[in-house]
Amino acid sequence: MAITKLAFIVRSLPYKTEASRLALTHAIASQTVEIYLEDGDNVEPVLCFIGDGVLNCLKSQQAGKYYGITSLEQHVKNSLLLDLKVMICKEDVDRFGIKEDHLVMDAEDIGGDTKAQLVPYSEIQKVMEEVNHLQFF
Amino acid sequence: MGKLTIGCFSSLVGSLSLDFGVKLAEAAVKKGHEVDFWVSSNATMLSKKGQKAFKDYSHLAKTLTELFATGKFKAVACEACAEARGYHKDDTMEGWGRRSMDWYLASAFSADRVLLIGGD
Repeated sequence: MAITKLAFIVRSLPYKTEASRLALTHAIASQTVEIYLEDGDNVEPVLCFIGDGVLNCLKSQQAGKYYGITSLEQHVKNSLLLDLKVMICKEDVDRFGIKEDHLVMDAEDIGGDTKAQLVPYSEIQKVMEEVNHLQFF
Repeated sequence: MGKLTIGCFSSLVGSLSLDFGVKLAEAAVKKGHEVDFWVSSNATMLSKKGQKAFKDYSHLAKTLTELFATGKFKAVACEACAEARGYHKDDTMEGWGRRSMDWYLASAFSADRVLLIGGD
């Protein structure tokens, strides 16, 4: 019986490449990983948005309207709905002049209880040191 | 000997990141390690059969065939990423698997090292 911690560190801009979407979809895929594992074994993903990656967490994205695809905002919400740990770097949010109420901090509107955490980079660094495997997107 | 899980997102043509991933896998297998090789996004192009060798482009099909023959190398493509690009099951090179993203996470669960080679 073991848990493997996986960090998905998102540094990429939304929509410019597929990278941030892949981070979110791979992290969300943790919900069904048990079908491949022994009873009691699992993976524990944590999603951290740093640098330009914090822009993936902006509210009111219009990807459906302009690109006809799901928005990264919706994927962040889905992550919270599935109780994934979501951390957003406060210094980078401040650097862009973004206010907390412009970020996806919860998924209450779709029935989620878990909230995103707006944290100093030092806390994200701590997570990166704790996990078993670190992946940058 | 250990187990290495490599995830790749870059396309076969247009970047040499996928070459690096396959060559790293080859080096690890030669040293006796096991390698799980996961491709999603544009890297699913690597799983397409019928690739022809041209001097100007990467050609990894031969290396992959040799790696599959070792029994120490597994390669799996993200099914949704492949289908979205029009690569269907019938288009897939022999030896490849097609799964959803949870396969990659399950592989990472038991890997000694995970290396993610990002995309374009």
